[in-house]
Amino acid sequence: MSGINIHGIWAIYSSEMARTRRTVLQSIATPVITTALYFIVFGGAIGSRMQHVGGVGYGAFIVPGLIMLSLLTQSISNASVGIYFPKFTGTMFEILSAPLNAIEAVIAYVGAAATKSVIIGLIILATSTFFTDVRILHPVWMVGFLLMTSIAFSLFGFIIGIWAKSFEQLSIIPSLIVTPLTFLGGAFYSIDMLPPAWRTVSLFNPVVYLVSGFRWSFYGLGDVGVAASLGFTAGFMALCLAILWWIFQTGWRLKP
Amino acid sequence: MPPVSSPILSISGLSKQYKSGHTALGGVDLEIERGEIFALLGPNGAGKTTLISIVCGTVNKSGGTIAMDGEDIAHNFRLARQRIGLVPQEIAVDIFTTVWNTVSFSRGLFGKAPDPAYIEQLLRDLSLWEKRDAKMIELSGGMKRRVMIAKALSHEPDLLFLDEPTAGVDVNLRRDMWALVRKLREKGVTIILTTHYIEEAEEMADRVGVIDGGKVLLVEEKAALMRKLGKRRLTLTLAEPLAQVPAALSDWSLSLEEEGHKLVYSFDAEEDDTGMPALLRRLDDLHIAFKDLDTSRSSLEDIFVELVEKSA
Repeated sequence: MSGINIHGIWAIYSSEMARTRRTVLQSIATPVITTALYFIVFGGAIGSRMQHVGGVGYGAFIVPGLIMLSLLTQSISNASVGIYFPKFTGTMFEILSAPLNAIEAVIAYVGAAATKSVIIGLIILATSTFFTDVRILHPVWMVGFLLMTSIAFSLFGFIIGIWAKSFEQLSIIPSLIVTPLTFLGGAFYSIDMLPPAWRTVSLFNPVVYLVSGFRWSFYGLGDVGVAASLGFTAGFMALCLAILWWIFQTGWRLKP
Repeated sequence: MPPVSSPILSISGLSKQYKSGHTALGGVDLEIERGEIFALLGPNGAGKTTLISIVCGTVNKSGGTIAMDGEDIAHNFRLARQRIGLVPQEIAVDIFTTVWNTVSFSRGLFGKAPDPAYIEQLLRDLSLWEKRDAKMIELSGGMKRRVMIAKALSHEPDLLFLDEPTAGVDVNLRRDMWALVRKLREKGVTIILTTHYIEEAEEMADRVGVIDGGKVLLVEEKAALMRKLGKRRLTLTLAEPLAQVPAALSDWSLSLEEEGHKLVYSFDAEEDDTGMPALLRRLDDLHIAFKDLDTSRSSLEDIFVELVEKSA
């Protein structure tokens, strides 16, 4: 075997993708239906009474936020379940005893989780065009943010999956931290619409930077500068990588 | 290829202390010869699984070194891991996947290109071919265990660890497993099995290591061990019970059992002169009649119990 265990990466990646196919209803249909409901409720019912935000119709305005909402939750849940499941069933021994280094394991698991998130993001984007006019001013940036966010939060999910000792712990961070931050992160509104004090508070919410940068790639308008968005996403990714490096160095919660 | 005589695996000073403070291994030295079947015997909690887990990379060691073909496995972990197969004690599988997929997955995971013909042969050898498209959740416990073996062999390892391979396994599977182990040995695969079933070691092993309390108490050729530590017993069922061993028989190591109905003579199995014919002649002289005569050789189990008790 040469330097990289390509077959090993592929084995994990493809089995993770196969797991997605086995649960296609839960994996793909649920986010699509949820998104359609958001469009009907926020875009249709409420949005028709809302003024345009920065020259963009409200229905179109929430598209980037909705995609981001799904990217974050899906990336975390895919990646965390992906690595928690072998721990739970005991099949982790095989991964640990394989000729696979930490980087390869992360590429395989996080790559599969991020792939799934990107697919879901694109499906939601396609779904949204049935409800509203979507323009994408900076398609390359859009794809860039889509990829970076999916990877960064899949890394985050991977860490949660290694950390979690129960199914409850597995869902606690997504439901208690990530979902509230996303709702408060400007997915459904511009933080400019908030009173100044709350706007300042919002700037401490990391999701604001993600949604803002992503929305900028669509409509050229954001709550914070695109550089700040990019910097934040890259910084978060680097932090997750550093934590993972430490985990694999010490075998924390992987090896006794 | 290193010379045949050099050990495939050399473990020296291997120690493991868990975070709880429990010392599972206290400086183990062990050499495994190429192509042998080595049985690691020990009671529960002796450190067998910890030892295997460290070699296979699922547990971190606290100290010591492990070398494969003379090279520290920490230096080139890929090469070592790719050559090692592990059948763990517990059945652990993704229950939603099929037999074919999970075995193919293992092969890929260990860095080997797909080889459907090899996997097919492997599944046929393990009587799993008919079940290749069955999901793991549909299989019986015995079938799942066969799958665990198939997974461990999927990447054609030349060093195979079987951790308690026949615990809770029915007679058929046990027989199949032993046949498979012998077949693998013929192909040159080195096999290390842990067990607390002595009969397994007695049946299969070329060499036996006894481990207890995280220390290897002894490593010996099975036959030599049986010769050295094995005792033979001659049991005579007497026509008339004796109250005590007659003084005229004090040259022999005799004892009475079952209220004097049985006279037992125990002697070293390796001695040429067993003293048995002389004893029988003397009994005849003393007019002590017996109805039945039985000789037995102590099993590895007796030896093992004696060793572990001695060390305790």
